[in-house]
Amino acid sequence: MSAEMPPPAGATRADPARIEPVPGVAKPDPILIATDLRRAFGGLKAVDVDRLEVQRGWITSMIGPNGAGKTTLFNVLTGFDKPQEGHWHLNGGALVGIPSFRVARRGMVRTFQLTKSLARLTVVENMLVAAKDQTGEGFFGALLGRWHATERRNEERAMASLEQFGLAHMADQYAGSLSGGQRKLLEMARALMVEPELVMLDEPTAGVNPALTQSLLGHITGLRDRGMSVVFIEHDMDVVQEISDWVVCLSQGRIIAEGPPRVVARNPAVIDAYLGTHHGEEPDG
Amino acid sequence: MDWLKILIDAGRAAVGVPAAAYALSSIGLNLQFGYTGLLNFGHVAFMLVGAYGMAITADAGAPLWLGIPVGIAAAAVLGLLLGIPTLRLRADYLAIVTIAAGEILRLLARSSFAEPLTNGVFGIQAFAGAFYDINPIPDGQYGIGRFRFDERTLWVMLVAWTLVVLAALLIRRLTRSPWGRVIRAIREDEDAARSLGKNVFSYKLQSLVIGGAVGATAGMVLAINQQNVAPDDWLPLLTFYSFTIVIIGGPGRLWGPVVGSVIFWFLFVLLDGFMNGAVAQGWFGDLLTSTDVGPIRFALLGVALMLLMIFRPQGIFGSREEMLIDVR
Repeated sequence: MSAEMPPPAGATRADPARIEPVPGVAKPDPILIATDLRRAFGGLKAVDVDRLEVQRGWITSMIGPNGAGKTTLFNVLTGFDKPQEGHWHLNGGALVGIPSFRVARRGMVRTFQLTKSLARLTVVENMLVAAKDQTGEGFFGALLGRWHATERRNEERAMASLEQFGLAHMADQYAGSLSGGQRKLLEMARALMVEPELVMLDEPTAGVNPALTQSLLGHITGLRDRGMSVVFIEHDMDVVQEISDWVVCLSQGRIIAEGPPRVVARNPAVIDAYLGTHHGEEPDG
Repeated sequence: MDWLKILIDAGRAAVGVPAAAYALSSIGLNLQFGYTGLLNFGHVAFMLVGAYGMAITADAGAPLWLGIPVGIAAAAVLGLLLGIPTLRLRADYLAIVTIAAGEILRLLARSSFAEPLTNGVFGIQAFAGAFYDINPIPDGQYGIGRFRFDERTLWVMLVAWTLVVLAALLIRRLTRSPWGRVIRAIREDEDAARSLGKNVFSYKLQSLVIGGAVGATAGMVLAINQQNVAPDDWLPLLTFYSFTIVIIGGPGRLWGPVVGSVIFWFLFVLLDGFMNGAVAQGWFGDLLTSTDVGPIRFALLGVALMLLMIFRPQGIFGSREEMLIDVR
């Protein structure tokens, strides 16, 4: 399961160190901008973000204690949940009120904290179902039957991708028979079949053994090197330090700090969020 | 007890018109339940609108064939009415709404309010003469020994089984295409399908409408066979016959409903014949009388279904491997 990718395009990436590490700071080339985003469940403000910009071509980690609103923010941004107020744009296109499947088609694809493999589809079917522009997915397209050429192209792409993710030998097995770690890999590979510009990974390394975590991280940096932008939720600070270009820390729905990993790790507000205000609870980062 | 007669009756039922009609209705339900995971507990409603759509059209003096598109269109409208408010919600809501809709439609057809159209509890009779007029089969009895059918029954059987094959081929074309892959993905996990850019609501609605339209043609076959459409022919029980058939054959398997229906009707009539024979012979003494046979037959069918769920939950065609997959 080699994670070797072409040499990083880091030279052309914006330098995180040159951006002021304060919450809501503007980025040179943001792919995603959210403003005044609020999502409350009754009296609980799960998301209360004044401004968030996600830089194109970076790996942005989202950290924060349990219940900080990271997953809710993901849900809202990807159309799986509706905020009470707020605006957000992907590549300049407004996403307010856009259903989740259209968000995915516009180039922002997410994965889930609890892996959602399509258990009674084979691994390769899992990949193919994610491919875009298959006319055979329409009712009349299916009846007419002129979808086989596209299917073959998609199959080639799917197999190449499965090869990269070390799942090619499992292609014809049911996804439900994969191990937890393999499902994580499959979910990531499947998301890439949608040809996203921005990949949102919700705890991709949760419950995965250390060796596989390394391989997953290799794939994540691989995404960046292929020109995609990545936002991912992560609890392990070592992982965050290792691969992030930028870190956003949430606590009680608000962005309390953002900046390059080393800067955020020393930020007193972050340390407070994990240890101070929540002491007595198990810190998870 | 005449064992041969019981066997022959069961054999006739296995290939008869009801078996074909239930195969057809179960093919529709299988698309909804087996492939898409929709819990349509009101499949009988689609059969009802198909039957009434055809009967009312013919009864109004229009040609019988015009009843076919009318019945199918009525089923499509019903699918949209049931699906649009419920398919965005959790799966259980569709189940609740469909089971109620079936009963509402039956009671509506019964009501004095609808009498000018449906003729109330008496129903519409003798509307399908045009179908029998074009019967190409010469008068007579066809078959071997006691296993035979007259030309009328044979004509309906021929058309009904042809429809079964056509419907199965349509479903095969759909389910083996990328369209079918998407609906199976939705069955596995709606949110995953959404996250991959699939319009889950639209696919579920399509599946409900197409499955419903196939169910409507099954209703038409039953109506033509009986030359009679009365409201109380369309009890919720019919939906559960279809579910039993789908489960016998194996949900999500192309030919499952067809084989399931044949087995279902064979066993159903076999049990009936055996129980009646046994009661007539006095095997059960005073314990059972001939009026108990009907209910007991259903009880035994229930036991058979339970045994099936325990020992072969994947049905005849399903794969054990697939069944054992931990669906997460």
